[in-house]
Amino acid sequence: MTDFWTVLGIWIGALATLSIWSFLYKDNPFYKFAEQIFVGVSAAYWFIFTIYNVLIPNLFDKLITDFNSNWLLLIPGLLGIMMLMKIFPKYDWLGKYPIALMIGTTAGLSLVRFLETDVINQIIATMINPLNSGSAVVAFGQVILIVGTISGLVYFYFSKKHEGFTGGVAKTGIIFLMVSFGAAFGFTAMARISLLIGRLQFLLGDWLGLLR
Amino acid sequence: MKLIKHIYLLLFFIYPFFLFSVDVNFQVRDYPNDDGRRLLITYDESVLQAESVLIYRSFDGEEYEFWLENPESNTLIDEFDDFIKNPVHYRLVLMPVLDDINQIPYALDFADSATPKAQWFNRSRIPLLLLLILFCGTIVYYITLSGKGKEFYIRKINGLEAMDEAVGRATEMGRPILFVPGISDISDMQTIAALTILGKLAEKVAEYHSKIIVPCRNSLVMAAARDIVKESYLKAGSADEFNADHIFYLTDDQFGYVAGIDGIMIREKPATNFFLGGFWAESLILAETGFSIGAIQISGTANAAQIPFFVAACDYTLIGEELFAASAYLSNNPQQIGSLKGQDFGKIVVIVLIVLGVLLEMCGITAFKAFFTG
Repeated sequence: MTDFWTVLGIWIGALATLSIWSFLYKDNPFYKFAEQIFVGVSAAYWFIFTIYNVLIPNLFDKLITDFNSNWLLLIPGLLGIMMLMKIFPKYDWLGKYPIALMIGTTAGLSLVRFLETDVINQIIATMINPLNSGSAVVAFGQVILIVGTISGLVYFYFSKKHEGFTGGVAKTGIIFLMVSFGAAFGFTAMARISLLIGRLQFLLGDWLGLLR
Repeated sequence: MKLIKHIYLLLFFIYPFFLFSVDVNFQVRDYPNDDGRRLLITYDESVLQAESVLIYRSFDGEEYEFWLENPESNTLIDEFDDFIKNPVHYRLVLMPVLDDINQIPYALDFADSATPKAQWFNRSRIPLLLLLILFCGTIVYYITLSGKGKEFYIRKINGLEAMDEAVGRATEMGRPILFVPGISDISDMQTIAALTILGKLAEKVAEYHSKIIVPCRNSLVMAAARDIVKESYLKAGSADEFNADHIFYLTDDQFGYVAGIDGIMIREKPATNFFLGGFWAESLILAETGFSIGAIQISGTANAAQIPFFVAACDYTLIGEELFAASAYLSNNPQQIGSLKGQDFGKIVVIVLIVLGVLLEMCGITAFKAFFTG
């Protein structure tokens, strides 16, 4: 016999799904109820998740079990407390330092990573010889790649008006961008349909038992 | 038959000598451009066809321990947990593939040794260093020039021009403006760019005595957004109109956040929606709901996969880098404008490198591309 709590879970899941879907018709009390539950429960969940999966294992446990090897963790702990000072208007200026540190460090680390992955790898991938590709179709694709990359870069050049020759190249760039956006749209729409199928399988299979 | 037997017998005695004359070019070397904890072991590809390949390792040159059997590649990397100061010895033992008649149990045994060494510089990343110096140097140069008062031209960015119109419309209709700063945290550059735009937008909202709502997914983003909006109201001389409750935290959960914003859009019916920052799967849900309530929508993200949805459902979209440029354009901050000019110079450099690389490749000169490949 199926466990009572499992059945209850399936019923709650199914009703919550239908309540959220009811938004497609218009705003209504069912949607409002599901929305408030969703927002409230998830906010509480993430709060508890952060305490038990971030603070306790990464800070408190390490400091309590082996303080001598982990005393450096006091620094991020202190920065965390400084962030909390934003609650008190008199000391909220203290919160600016950990935020500045975080933004600066991330920017510095990202700079090298992006330069390597987005710039150098793109340059290498575009330095190709279309005459040596073996077939006309591949050669055409490679020419498209070179022209698309260069014109795309010109589109994102902000120091010159998009007119004359620059404007023509920039227009070519935006055409390439739009074609790629169209392809990405179709690809993602397909992925979303698979999500819908997953939900329908839950409703028709797990809930109503119409699918085996 | 006797002749054949004699031939086999002859082969039986000759084969070992033939085997020992084989050189598989077994080499153990220090692994280049590392921190001194790796060794590179190489040998001829033909070795891989041997019946059995065994590699032994010794840290003292006397007692060997088994390390590897039948590797799939002829280039191996031995990585150590600790730094080793003495040579590490390796022995490659091969059992050749023979047909049924010649199952001769002669093994080949090769040995070599090397000491792992740390290198001061990772030479394979020299192109990265050069580009980093060039780009950062140019950005610093332009920031300095901009700081000294030199004015630079930045072309108009569609969407930003509509900001005044959007705020005016909201004021006329007596409805609020919704600003969603994305779902990334404060360390994401997209969020920072979005918050810079928020500052300028909030200033206009304060001037028009309109209302702005900023729901946040991240507590730090909320704290930063509150500071920025408060400062904007102060600048506009409307400090008393600033309401911190209009900039609030919803939830960290991605779709919980979306459900909350959808509810706000339906109930508050904002005249203008701004979706600026880092967006993922929620982009279309937000933009579609905003479209359904008839709001003017201005969006922008650097997440390429989400731009199509914004383009489809919003009135104006800042594509990729336009989001960062918009932040500089609006702020009129010398640092941001100088930085944008420096980045533009970087784009010219990249175009020149690509064109040069393609031309050289077409001429059969591969050294230029190889330099970047490392």
